[in-house]
Amino acid sequence: MTTMTTKATDPATTWPMVRAHQVHKRFGHVEVLKGIDLEVHSGEVVVLLGPSGSGKSTFLRCVNNLERIDSGSVHVEGELIGFRRAGSRVHHLRPREATRQRRDIGMVFQHFNLFPHQTVLGNVMEAPVGVLGMPKAKARETALRLLEQVGLAEKADAYPRQLSGGQQQRVAIARALAMRPKLMLFDEPTSALDPELVGEVLATMRDLARAGLTMLVVTHEIGFAREVADRVVFMDDGRIVESGTPEEVLDNPANPRTRAFLSRFL
Amino acid sequence: MATAPSPDSRDHPPAVVAVKERTEHPHAPDHPVDVAHAVPVRHPLRWLSVVVLAVLAAQLGHFLITNPNFEWGTVGAYFGAQVFGQGIATTVELTVVAMAIGTVGGVFVAVGRMSENRVLSTVCGAYVWFFRGIPVLVQLIFWYNLSALLPRISFGIPFGPEFISAETNTLISPWFAAILGLGLNEAAYMAEIVRGGLLGVDHGQTEAASALGMGRARILRRIVLPQAMRFIVPPTGSQVINMLKATSLVSVIALADLLYTAQSIYNRTFETIPLLVVACLWYLVMTSVLYVGQSFIERYYARGSSRNSPQSFWDFALFRRRTTRKAGPEPVSETPS
Repeated sequence: MTTMTTKATDPATTWPMVRAHQVHKRFGHVEVLKGIDLEVHSGEVVVLLGPSGSGKSTFLRCVNNLERIDSGSVHVEGELIGFRRAGSRVHHLRPREATRQRRDIGMVFQHFNLFPHQTVLGNVMEAPVGVLGMPKAKARETALRLLEQVGLAEKADAYPRQLSGGQQQRVAIARALAMRPKLMLFDEPTSALDPELVGEVLATMRDLARAGLTMLVVTHEIGFAREVADRVVFMDDGRIVESGTPEEVLDNPANPRTRAFLSRFL
Repeated sequence: MATAPSPDSRDHPPAVVAVKERTEHPHAPDHPVDVAHAVPVRHPLRWLSVVVLAVLAAQLGHFLITNPNFEWGTVGAYFGAQVFGQGIATTVELTVVAMAIGTVGGVFVAVGRMSENRVLSTVCGAYVWFFRGIPVLVQLIFWYNLSALLPRISFGIPFGPEFISAETNTLISPWFAAILGLGLNEAAYMAEIVRGGLLGVDHGQTEAASALGMGRARILRRIVLPQAMRFIVPPTGSQVINMLKATSLVSVIALADLLYTAQSIYNRTFETIPLLVVACLWYLVMTSVLYVGQSFIERYYARGSSRNSPQSFWDFALFRRRTTRKAGPEPVSETPS
């Protein structure tokens, strides 16, 4: 059927950066996501809030297919994630195709997950050289510029374990940016940091938001959400409970569960 | 010291206690103590053990020198002999080739065991079970006698036409039997070592690499294996040393390795002990070289695993002190704004 075109180039439909439709995910008998509907538009910063175990991180991992969803669908710029349509049927993507989809979606993890056997520069250059086939000299140039941007140019030759947690997380951000992602996912990027190191990472993220990067952020930093987010989404027990501007959700929460959650931060 | 009775003082009259302490303990609180010249704890048992060991060492030395059956002159004459050169070459060759087969095979079997494909992982598990469960000496003899089971070996389409065919006896020489026996056995052990190493790498590494768009083969090669090497290299070093020693088993299938060379000479000359001593000395020389090599490789793969930068090859070789790269104090105002 020709009317079923799903590409972003279709003039009839302009796709948001992310469109999640009725996303369900279960681990064994536990249903972690119970039908998530969410859209993130290009250039938007969306912060996902919620108690631990509410499914925020799982949802984030479904967006770049680190977890395969059980039902529903996730589209990124109109491209179905993890699956492929063929006529009226839907097929699982081959590993190679799934890998390809992740190239344009950057991700920053709670525990940084830098490659400890490579220098800071090596970490940032690895994917552009290995995945995109970028010439080493050019990748090096880009990497140094990105390290400059996160304030760590002088640490290029250090190994990750020689850096503080905040510095490691900023390297991880530079590493993700090196792939020129159209979307960045942040999975509790400051939760593993000592309190005095949180600020430097949030400052780096704030810069990225101002530069117009589309970001989906799972965090417990209410202050960051208030200041940077275009939209705050509150999740509880695998569902989106409330969604709106920071003022709406953080200052005048309509839902009692949101109120109960936020009261713990006051 | 002011000894005014405090409200919570105990039953004794405090003034008396204070005076007693001052007279009996020269280091009262107002006399600072310097521990720089403190008398260390004496260890009489250590000295006793040193004496016992010294006596035993002297006894051993006396035994080695005075026992004529060692025939040290004969040992010296054979130690550099050319026949041993060939035996040593065979031993080294077997070690290198069998370890190479074992390592490459081990990586494949380990990856196969960790595959999501149930059939593949079961087959690889069965391989490990089978080859680890049979003594390597039995395997060597079995391969050597393969012709009794399979007179001809042929390659072709299964149950179909043959392309190449050869007599088993011409194909499986003693050398080839030794390589098969030692290599296939080693692959099973190496598979377990490699698998342990791969499992030792944090899963977050694979996730981070996947999120960057790296494929599975690239993640294994560039991210997981290099980190697994830290867990793989130390036990592999002992495997190489074990393999070097295990090659002596091939003497039972008449392959002229180091031990077989010694045996074939003393079977003629009856200089049994001196020739076995020569073989022992050569094994010790080779394993010692391997120990040194192993520490170099471990150093290399330990890079990035501690906050100190790894010691360079030349620092190690020339006994230079470790040159620690100072990261320097953190600039305070480096947060980008």
